[in-house]
Amino acid sequence: MLNREEQWASWVLNNRIIVIVISVVMTMLAAYGASRLEFSNNHRVYFGEDNPQLIALEKMENVYTKNDNVTFVFAVGDGDIFNEKVLLALRDITERAWQMPYSSRVDSITNYQHSKAVDNDLEIRSLVPNEGSLNKENIDLIKNIALKEPLLINKLLSPNGRVTAINIAILLPRIDEASELPEVVAFSQNLLADIKKEYPFMDAYLTGGVMMDNAFVEATKKDIDTLIPLSFAVMLIMLSLLVGGIMGTLATLLVIAFSIAGAMGLGGYIGFPLTPPSVAAPIIILAIAIANCVHILTTFKQRFSEMKNDKESDEGDKKKSNKYQALHYSLSSNLRPVTIASLTTVIGFLSMNFSDVPPFQHLGNLVAMGVLLSLVMSVSFLPALLSLLPASRRAPVQLPFLSMNTLSECVIKHHNRFFWGVGFIAVILVASISRNELNDVFVHYFDEKSEFRQDTDFVLDNLTGFYNIEYSMESGESGGVYSPEFLQQVDGFSLWLRQQPEVLHVNTVTDTIKRLNKNMFNDDEAMYRLPDDRNVIAQYILLYEMSLPYGLDLNNQINVNKSSVRLLVTIKTLSTGAVLDFEDRAQQWLTDNTPQVSSSVGTGTVMMFSYIGQRNIISMLVGTTAALVLISLVLMAAFKSWSLGVVSLLPNLIPAAMGFGLWGLLVGEVGLALSTASAMTLGIVVDDTVHFLTKYHRARKEMNASVEDAIRYAYKTVGQALVTTTVVLVSGFLVLASSGFELNSGMGLLTAIVITIALLVDLLFLPAVLIKCKRV
Amino acid sequence: MKKISCEFLLLSALFVFPVMSTYAESPEEKGLRLTVAENTFNKGWQDFKANLTLTLRNKQGEENIFTMRMLTKEVEADGDKSIIVFDSPGDIRGTALLSHTHTLSADDQWLYLSSIKRIKRISSNNKSGPFLGSEFAYEDLTSPETEKYTYRWLREEVVDGRTLDVIEQFPSYKYSGYTRLVKWLDQDYKQPVKVEFYDRKDRHLKTLASTEFVEYLDKYWYPSMMFMTNHQTGKNTQLEWQNYQFKNGFTDNDFNRNALKRLR
Repeated sequence: MLNREEQWASWVLNNRIIVIVISVVMTMLAAYGASRLEFSNNHRVYFGEDNPQLIALEKMENVYTKNDNVTFVFAVGDGDIFNEKVLLALRDITERAWQMPYSSRVDSITNYQHSKAVDNDLEIRSLVPNEGSLNKENIDLIKNIALKEPLLINKLLSPNGRVTAINIAILLPRIDEASELPEVVAFSQNLLADIKKEYPFMDAYLTGGVMMDNAFVEATKKDIDTLIPLSFAVMLIMLSLLVGGIMGTLATLLVIAFSIAGAMGLGGYIGFPLTPPSVAAPIIILAIAIANCVHILTTFKQRFSEMKNDKESDEGDKKKSNKYQALHYSLSSNLRPVTIASLTTVIGFLSMNFSDVPPFQHLGNLVAMGVLLSLVMSVSFLPALLSLLPASRRAPVQLPFLSMNTLSECVIKHHNRFFWGVGFIAVILVASISRNELNDVFVHYFDEKSEFRQDTDFVLDNLTGFYNIEYSMESGESGGVYSPEFLQQVDGFSLWLRQQPEVLHVNTVTDTIKRLNKNMFNDDEAMYRLPDDRNVIAQYILLYEMSLPYGLDLNNQINVNKSSVRLLVTIKTLSTGAVLDFEDRAQQWLTDNTPQVSSSVGTGTVMMFSYIGQRNIISMLVGTTAALVLISLVLMAAFKSWSLGVVSLLPNLIPAAMGFGLWGLLVGEVGLALSTASAMTLGIVVDDTVHFLTKYHRARKEMNASVEDAIRYAYKTVGQALVTTTVVLVSGFLVLASSGFELNSGMGLLTAIVITIALLVDLLFLPAVLIKCKRV
Repeated sequence: MKKISCEFLLLSALFVFPVMSTYAESPEEKGLRLTVAENTFNKGWQDFKANLTLTLRNKQGEENIFTMRMLTKEVEADGDKSIIVFDSPGDIRGTALLSHTHTLSADDQWLYLSSIKRIKRISSNNKSGPFLGSEFAYEDLTSPETEKYTYRWLREEVVDGRTLDVIEQFPSYKYSGYTRLVKWLDQDYKQPVKVEFYDRKDRHLKTLASTEFVEYLDKYWYPSMMFMTNHQTGKNTQLEWQNYQFKNGFTDNDFNRNALKRLR
């Protein structure tokens, strides 16, 4: 009487052709969906539709205008930009920038709308006249005005006059995302190249939100182009070293390729976008799929090499051939642990759906699908294919430096030392978790090799900030922005903001109104203040707005029914924690000082990225807990034992905790990248425990072995495979750790650490625990 | 003077063309001819006053409403002269804008600020700028003068039983915010019922739809409702015209700086 595992093994091996054909056809059908995969070039993909910061930002954009931008930055080697050559170059570039696709506004020091009193009238015109050449007198005047203008300094002009920017506001319709952004990027890069050629006396740099979105795409493409081939190469080496034999390696590669192609294809059908995190999926699937195959292959090889006496003479009767028997044994004995291990891995990755960051959800789902596919493939297609291919009788390579026998005896003998020793290290590391600080700098997601990062770093060092926070202040009535009391409060907030050490620039309409008031009094500096009559203010703004040319209106600062104003604050590049601290102080100031005004929370890309790390950690804690409960239930059901399920909690939980503790000691900063690592590693870490405990359990129940003997049995049967799979997985995640994109590299590195710790815990600590509580 | 002779030539051409009907007319010539016919037809009303309601809306659905009175006097051989007096919102009540529009050079504009009882001249580079922060630019609202554009007739269309000429026009004014406009000219009304505006990058920026045409002085058809949609920002502006009154006997003296101060 065959048990179910044996029935399955027989069925697969007897119907191997059908199994192979079905596998290939199904994979091709699924993989076809990959043609629908598209690169996402919008950083907002990192935020769910119900993200409160995203909702706040979208509302702000609907009331005022959207703030996508491309920024050209220019620096002159010696002297400053105030000479005819440079100013005329800037004027020309400003004019050409209007041709940028989807541009809605261009701001530079040359088209800055300067107002002044002329013969009792108000003259408003571009700081550098639209036509004609400049003489020394013009230039001196321009220099004097520009270097004193709060709207320009630290935003479009450095205080030393050496670095200047042209900012182009972009309104992407977001109808055809795949083509719109590349259009803007291509135009910008061509313009940059032309500028460098035509005006060699200036250094030119390119940054801005649009370029950041493009950097996300480039990071994705770079990972696809470099990391995926690299991980395949590494895995190929690993496989041939650890498993040996061309045929086994080939079959495994096929299983991996099928799992990846199938998962990515299904992702395409579902509509997952390609982002750096989702592109990590193939690399992770690759590593996990190998682990499944390695278990089947190792058992098969061990068994096959032990059957040396038999001859290949009875090849005609395949049921009796050694290969058939070895495969049958490997499949039936591994079906259960491989299935359980895969299921727990799938649960771990599915728990990433708790994340607030959609690309991590996509990653989790892609890997979950890939692991399921690799499970199916490794227990059907793999043995079916192996049975058709010639196999060598060479035994699998033994790792020379590690004898499982010696290790098991050592652990059993010194189980007390191991228990307390590892336990002590674990406690120290777990206590170090608190050393981690939440710190995400999203500009630093891109490594220093990327052009975006280099250019942005230059701008940050020499001109202005990349972090913009927007505040909307609401007067509560239509036309209320003209109320002097309201404007006093806006002005008070603007002044407070300018006193903060983090703040580089504040764009506030109160500056414009003060300047207009001064202009109306014949440029009397003493009149640089807010008027105290509502109608006067309203009519000044009316006059000013009537004088502005195309695209340079106040719609980006005052809303349509004149009830609220927007302040645009540029701050230094800070850590997440510092940004949130700044926002807390700002809100506190507003509550204390402007109680009648209802002010918005700070919004903007930087605020979204600042909150997301924290939000994601909280939601992933929930996710990880849910996964842990589910996985423990699966284990209890699988072992039909409460106590084993409870014992398994220990080696399942400790590695992630120790990993984060080690990270706290070594790095000390966690961000978005690492907040998902605990859930992700949980599913993988459990596999080691599953394999070890399955064998242990079997020895205890079926062979009535003592605890010590059951441990020896577990070491003998799976010790080697655990080491092998860990090496494979760790090298896979180390490939990911070499990504130029921090979300991927951080995740890869921490996961590699956790998996390594998990192996040590399973081999050194779990046996000690089992001996300590003899009953299980 | 130069302009009159030019128009005279064009007009004579109008009479000559039907005679030489075998002569093949280019799309550019046809566009020009139809526009000249439109502008000639729409002359001769002398002056009018009307009440305007301007409603601005943003993507979030917020609104802002301006009401104003407009007085306009026809000027031979140049742009019209007009005064717009603001009645609401209250904080700009009594403020008035005097415009002497010109076909190719920048307009002359003065704003009377009722709060400080002073007149300020407005800078000259704003033709392309928005009117009161709305989706209408000044250049969309000033009187249609033939010389402001060059033309190309595209096709004839029948919409809701009305026959329309579709004409492309290209601004002559260097600092215009547009590369081109496409107008749907109603053959009976001699007025555009729809205009599409293409920005400096030749991308579709706005569409103006004019509806509720009413006939005045047994000749002139004017829309009572103009609706401008900005396709790039999602904002729109509605402009309603009411209480047209013609032939009020306005003189140039009603449209100078002194007149601004007299207004109530």
